[in-house]
Amino acid sequence: MKIHEYQAKELFARYKIPVPSGRVACTAEQARAIACELGRPVAVKAQVHVGGRGKAGGIRLATTAEEAQTAAQAILGMNLKGLTVQRVLVEEACDIAQEYYVGITVDRSARQDVAMVSSVGGVDIEEVSAQTPQKIAKLHLDPLYGLLDFQARLLVGQAGLPGSVGQQAVAILKQLYKLRRDCDASLAEINPLVLTPEGRLVAADAKINVDDNALFRQEELAALREEQEEDPIEAEAHRRGITYVRLLGGDVGVIGNGAGLVMTTLDVVQREGGRPANFLDIGGGAKAELVANALEIVLMDPGVKGVLFNIFGGITRCDEVAHGIRQATSGMSIRVPIVIRLTGTREQEGRKLLEGSALISAESMDSAAREIVKLVRQGHVAPAAVTAERGATASGHSG
Amino acid sequence: MAILVDDSTRVLVQGITGYEGQFHTGLMLEYGTKVVAGVTPGKGGQQVHGVPVCDSVREAIAERLPNVSIIFVPARFAADAIMEALDAGIRGIVCITEGIPTQDMLRVCSWLKTSGSWMIGPNCPGVISPGRCKVGILPGGIFREGSVGVVSRSGTLTYEIVNELSMAGLGQSTCVGIGGDPILGSSFVDVLGRFEQDPQTAAVVLIGEIGGSDEEEAAQVLAKLSKPTVAFVAGKTAPPGKRMGHAGAIISGSSGTAEAKIKAFEAIGVPVAETPAQVPSLVKQVLAA
Repeated sequence: MKIHEYQAKELFARYKIPVPSGRVACTAEQARAIACELGRPVAVKAQVHVGGRGKAGGIRLATTAEEAQTAAQAILGMNLKGLTVQRVLVEEACDIAQEYYVGITVDRSARQDVAMVSSVGGVDIEEVSAQTPQKIAKLHLDPLYGLLDFQARLLVGQAGLPGSVGQQAVAILKQLYKLRRDCDASLAEINPLVLTPEGRLVAADAKINVDDNALFRQEELAALREEQEEDPIEAEAHRRGITYVRLLGGDVGVIGNGAGLVMTTLDVVQREGGRPANFLDIGGGAKAELVANALEIVLMDPGVKGVLFNIFGGITRCDEVAHGIRQATSGMSIRVPIVIRLTGTREQEGRKLLEGSALISAESMDSAAREIVKLVRQGHVAPAAVTAERGATASGHSG
Repeated sequence: MAILVDDSTRVLVQGITGYEGQFHTGLMLEYGTKVVAGVTPGKGGQQVHGVPVCDSVREAIAERLPNVSIIFVPARFAADAIMEALDAGIRGIVCITEGIPTQDMLRVCSWLKTSGSWMIGPNCPGVISPGRCKVGILPGGIFREGSVGVVSRSGTLTYEIVNELSMAGLGQSTCVGIGGDPILGSSFVDVLGRFEQDPQTAAVVLIGEIGGSDEEEAAQVLAKLSKPTVAFVAGKTAPPGKRMGHAGAIISGSSGTAEAKIKAFEAIGVPVAETPAQVPSLVKQVLAA
């Protein structure tokens, strides 16, 4: 989970990591008032979870309170890569003598944290890492010992931060590591860490990602999760406890069990010339209610013109799954074709259960994908027989 | 032979009195696995499917001599359960639990490194050596005994491919689901090393997915191994920055793409199947070569 820059800076302040003075504003008037209070040139920064805000026009400098108001007016409501800006951070603009980088993240393959310090800041650190890796000092950390003082000094020294600047950087790095541990951050990053002409280090930006698996013990941070920041269908799926990812521009809805199998299904749909519209993993269960929920979510996307179910029946057998799907679909009004591919334990029995319904059964993953892509291309509408079946069920329910 | 689990495996189930623990203890026993004890703190003295429940791993070891522990303990207590097992001297751990905080897993891995024990998972379907022993939640019926080693980051996708292999007459030596989390007890490289040493394994199927660089590291090792390998990589259509179900299945920036992983395998001559259905014929090809 990502949190906003202003939220991360509030955390920084708590951990005594120096940040520019400033506050968040929801209106241009508030922005003006904050700038007035600060009484010096400010930066007005869009608070949205997208990279490259500056280049996209989401950060403006203002020398007067009036200019700050104008800047906030321009940024609030702005659409940045699909997200609407609802808040701006108004903070004192830093004078920059030098820009550095400090970050702590998880190195998956080393199965350890890695702390990084670089004399090159304010640019994409991944690029620095790819182009000039020698410019980043890196150190893996044993979780049993944490970041030791000498390690922090070593890193800062290797990065080439001089004298008193280095001492400040050591203190900041140690505090950042403490924050990372306390908050279960999977990423804690200051880019840039600005050196002012007066020789002071200030965190001009702040990035904190929180481990989703740890939210149960990070209640304060979990409360910062913002649904308006997500795709509305993804937000609804999240509320219903369904793992769903929307792929923009697709027309084939996909539902399957197991993350790897669903990802593979999307790949196979694309291979057959189709455009997958989503990732949806219904997990191990086969209850009609779960299937109905999943179908509803997928069909919320108006672009979806057909749905492919790809189910491997393991512990949950194919006939149980088929039963769940029939029960769920008989209670819904569905106007798009549905192709179902069941394989694994008791697949014959499962397929038999689908006979006599409008659900189209396919034998293999490849043929199922081919079939749904063909039907979607043809602009296929669910046949009359189904409508009749559904009509009967619907009237039964209404009685 | 097989790897990790075989006829000599005596299984302890941590979290045996929970729903999943009970259910899968039953299925493991049905498969023929020697489940010798369970642990749930505070529930010692009970029985689950006739298996005695102990209060601690130490007690279970003293009384029932298990050597591999399978963990169904809920996420917030799972790391503690793993470390309890390591401390008590369990040789192998299979952690099924999904949703363990990364920071907890980093501590576990640090402990694991000095313990001399192995761990598969977390967030994994487990390990099966067909016909001998199943330590996990995998559907036993689809597996056949044979000479293909399977290692995968996925659950159902593994079953899908194993099913194809079994139907094509290609049995398996051992199938290992290493898990879908970013921090895992065993990587592809760890498991490939074991298959290399196993006389029963003649070829390996590696099933990867987007996120991290475990596949790329596996490719480097595969170049030096003698057993022929076929790979499959899921997530060619996955958009960057989105978590695709598994905590570890995410493309960050430009790293962790399916494309890069496929390239890494192809660069060392490991054939990569485009669909799961292609896997058996590719395995037959590499076995014949």
